[in-house]
Amino acid sequence: MALAENRGAGRRRLPRFQRTLWKIARTLGSVVITMLGLMFITFIIGRVMPVDPVLAVVGERATNEVYEQVYRDMGLDKPLLVQFGYYIWDVLHGDFGMSLLNARPVAEDIRRVFPATFELATLGVLIGVVIGVPLGVMAAVNRGSWIDQIARVVALIGYSMPIFWLGLMGLLIFYGILNWVGGPGRLDIIWEGMVPERTGMILVDSLLAGNWDVFKNAFSHIILPASILGYYSMAYISRMTRSFMLEQLSAEYVTTARVKGLPERRVIWKHAFGNIRVQLITVIALSYANLLEGAVLTETIFAWPGLGSYITTALLSADMNAVLGGTVVVGLIFVLLNIFSDLLYQIFDPRAK
Amino acid sequence: MMSDSLDDPRLDDPRLGFRGWLLTDTPTSRFHARCVALYSGWLKFRSNTMAMLGLIILILLVLIAAFAPWLAPHDPLAQDLAGRLKPPLSEGHLLGTDSLGRDILSRIIYGSRITLYIVTLVALIAPVVGLLVGTVAGYAGGIVDAVLMRLTDIFLAFPRLVLALAFVAALGAGIENAVLAISITAWPPYARLARAETLTIRNSDYIAAIRLQGAGPMRIITRHIWPLCISSLIVRVTLDMAGVILTAAGLGFLGLGAQPPSPEWGAMVAEGRRFILDHWWVATMPGLAIFIVSLAFNLLGDGLRDVLDPKDAG
Repeated sequence: MALAENRGAGRRRLPRFQRTLWKIARTLGSVVITMLGLMFITFIIGRVMPVDPVLAVVGERATNEVYEQVYRDMGLDKPLLVQFGYYIWDVLHGDFGMSLLNARPVAEDIRRVFPATFELATLGVLIGVVIGVPLGVMAAVNRGSWIDQIARVVALIGYSMPIFWLGLMGLLIFYGILNWVGGPGRLDIIWEGMVPERTGMILVDSLLAGNWDVFKNAFSHIILPASILGYYSMAYISRMTRSFMLEQLSAEYVTTARVKGLPERRVIWKHAFGNIRVQLITVIALSYANLLEGAVLTETIFAWPGLGSYITTALLSADMNAVLGGTVVVGLIFVLLNIFSDLLYQIFDPRAK
Repeated sequence: MMSDSLDDPRLDDPRLGFRGWLLTDTPTSRFHARCVALYSGWLKFRSNTMAMLGLIILILLVLIAAFAPWLAPHDPLAQDLAGRLKPPLSEGHLLGTDSLGRDILSRIIYGSRITLYIVTLVALIAPVVGLLVGTVAGYAGGIVDAVLMRLTDIFLAFPRLVLALAFVAALGAGIENAVLAISITAWPPYARLARAETLTIRNSDYIAAIRLQGAGPMRIITRHIWPLCISSLIVRVTLDMAGVILTAAGLGFLGLGAQPPSPEWGAMVAEGRRFILDHWWVATMPGLAIFIVSLAFNLLGDGLRDVLDPKDAG
């Protein structure tokens, strides 16, 4: 959404084809600038860190010559802008430097932990959509009724409750007291390593291997954190669905459809809902991006070995390359999802033209 | 209009007194008119039960924070290792004690000061920065607008908590740095809002009239554009405060906000996390406090929006 700000300012006099090209060029340009700015911010954060990056590499007992050597090798004697150039070059090649904690490339670490977050966030969004969209539609159709009130309260709680606390309460009730779900972690320890790793997503891997026991166990572990994340996206999605639907239901074509005698179900789901689909996909993409944020805290609570816990663990041990690498990746995903929803809007919604 | 209201019998009724003065539709001075507008807004606000509930909770919060030393039954930092992890409703400890035997109720009461401190500072810093950037961008237009708005977009391109995390990592953990990090991540939406408002105001006739009278850009922005942006900003700030509280608590929970032994609510939840299955109250009570306060801000924000900004009402 953010990137489409100046869309309307394109040159009006150009022929249509060139206008489209101009629009694409503008979008691409603003994307490139946003990404450069994003990397610049993380670069600056890395430079004002109170941690000496050279010392972190060579260790405390290194001689002065070694220190100087590494200092030059890392390009720290160059001007800041040149250093930024190096940094961009490295990031573009997928190189986020070495983790100080385990001396492995950060990019490799991120590749390893990312599927866990992806699996969790995807299931979370699915839960949010499956419950949130019908809830929003029902709330709009029955405006002011009890279902509308319920939807309102659900959303209000979602906006007000700290996600880490809800996670703890869920753990206490569904794991500690009722014992309905698996505890923290992705699997019970006896199932660990039972299926070959292909995608890194245990639900998918266990299905591919045809191992139902592992699948069941993994599901019992993922369902609680995914529902917690899903609750937050449900709150947002149901609210947005409701307001989009209200807008459509007050339009004249809905009255026309009703006057023609169409069944109410058809008016709601075919006519009105059909018109909000594009807006809805935009909202879902955005809530997917927001889940990344919730994932940081949720993963900490549930000891979920994903990108979120990777960043927080790195933070607490001052592993700056890992923190910045993780931040850049999260930022990039965020920007890409934004562009994706923007493009959808422009392609499928004739009003945006 | 004029004669209508002069004929209105209510005006002659001496019993109405001050209330009549506040409800008149023929104010006699600018001050009078402002009072009338405020009062009618208040009447509308008061009819919204949920919003009033939010307001009452927040007033209580301020009072609790102000009178913490008199309200708290114990010293929030006093440890009592003999009486550790006592459940709620045990003698002398209404909400129980934590792993060091500190009284949880007293810690929550003192923690309200930290929450208010963070919220107040962020509410003072972020909207002012956003207002400045947004109105300048909107009024100046052209290259200034493009640069400032691109900058805003870049900050919006990060999820808030992740960016705040990175900033706190760079600045060092602590409550002031948490405030700074949250403010840095919170200003862009205000800038966009202020810019949008400015764009609608900029080309209006009265701005042209003021410009013809010789007013410079500084004066136009500070005296004539800012006042009109304020009401939508206030609504937005109130609605955002819930998010600010949640972010601050999240930072505290991760150990990056207020440092122990200070009774910050998020940090208290983190402390109780280790005992969640055996001693549930240690993490539950401060979490409830966070929930109630951010709920109150959401309720208040919704109510204010209905009064000040009826076009967005859902």
